Amino acid sequence: MFDLHGYGASILDGASLTVAVALVSLVIAMALGLMTALAKLSGVRPAVITATIYTTIIRGVPDLVLMLLIFFGGQILVNDIAPMLGYEDYVDINPFIAGTITIGFIFGAYMGETFRGAILAVPVGLLEAGAAYGMSRRQVLIRILIPQMMRHALPGFGNNWLVLMKTTALVSVIGLEDMVRKAGLAAGATRDPFPFYLSVAFLFLAFTTVSVLALRWAENHYSAGVRRV
Amino acid sequence: MDFSIITENISEYVNGLWLTVQLVSLSLLVGLVLSIPFAVMRSTERLFISGPVWLFTYCFRGTPLLVQMFLFYYGLGQLEFVKELSKSWTFLQDAYWYALLAFTLNTAAYTTEIIRGAIVATPFGEIEAARACGMSRGRVLRRIVLPSAFRRALPAYANEVIFMLHGSAVASLITLVDITGAARIINSRYYSPYEAFITAAIFYMALTFLIVWGFRQLEKRWHAHLKPRESN
Repeated sequence: MFDLHGYGASILDGASLTVAVALVSLVIAMALGLMTALAKLSGVRPAVITATIYTTIIRGVPDLVLMLLIFFGGQILVNDIAPMLGYEDYVDINPFIAGTITIGFIFGAYMGETFRGAILAVPVGLLEAGAAYGMSRRQVLIRILIPQMMRHALPGFGNNWLVLMKTTALVSVIGLEDMVRKAGLAAGATRDPFPFYLSVAFLFLAFTTVSVLALRWAENHYSAGVRRV
Repeated sequence: MDFSIITENISEYVNGLWLTVQLVSLSLLVGLVLSIPFAVMRSTERLFISGPVWLFTYCFRGTPLLVQMFLFYYGLGQLEFVKELSKSWTFLQDAYWYALLAFTLNTAAYTTEIIRGAIVATPFGEIEAARACGMSRGRVLRRIVLPSAFRRALPAYANEVIFMLHGSAVASLITLVDITGAARIINSRYYSPYEAFITAAIFYMALTFLIVWGFRQLEKRWHAHLKPRESN
């Protein structure tokens, strides 16, 4: 029953691509999320409005639809713009870039909400103390706000990461050879889909388990010095 | 952009909308019914009752819906007895039922954990009071624990409903023509991704807002006693 017909290595190959997509998207999502949170808290009207429209649209539209829109739509957009820049060849969008940008873009909105809550949980006195020491706004941000908000952001961040990792399965749709697509190819070649999709499911379960353990460790780490009830 | 191709083919989207609504509401309904006994089992302290439910929710929440659906659609369809069965029951050849099965079990797993969280958070005084009134365990569950758990679970369940709506877009990957499926057909027919997918996005957004609005009405009703008193 459980025979991978020699496709095991190929699936593991795909698994490493899945991890790469997830990590790169996470970095994009965190950067976008921090920007969104700061924009929403800035009180500057255009920034608040832009950030609100961004998070509302993302939370209203399925990730698969956004991914297809960015992949197919981006293809046309790039090929409309390229000739204007004096580039004559047909440009193919790299599915890795399209996939990571889409996932990063989607989870930037969710991260934004998480970070916003976490920033609000940092006592204002800490920021004022930083300012009183003569730190610039940027220094307060990097030295005080971000390290202090980590503890409050971690639970929400962890949830977002777990969902993000599962969302990477969708990149198989735009032709990226992640483990879901590798499993699909192997299933097509051997006409024996069950063991391949089952092993992909187990790999995802393993990634989730490792992440949950790592997040638990991190939560303990960042909560050092906080009394537990 | 040329939205005339959308107005000409709007029937594709309307049919897709119908399929999306059907898939999502059926799976949510069955998933909810399944999740209530599961949540009760999951919140007992006896390991041989809560353990299997924990394993079920762990597996279904730890893997992508897409993989679950592929596993059912391609994997189950490959098994000999399913092949035999589908000869006499031709409906088993239809992707619809596999998508519905995957969606139902997936939402059941998430909803179980949501309701379990709400059950565990029941203030113990309420249970004590019910027992003091002489209610049996079953009656305490039915009259006290579950109603107050449902109230607490409502906001999280609203999110789950939206996630299910968005998750249902993967049905288009196993030949079903839901809203996303309609958009993919229009895109491949006219090669016009903007019009096709933006229209789908608008449909989903409208549904999302409808769900958010509906749950706000429900919360107004069920959480009326928690509202701060209005000053006259």
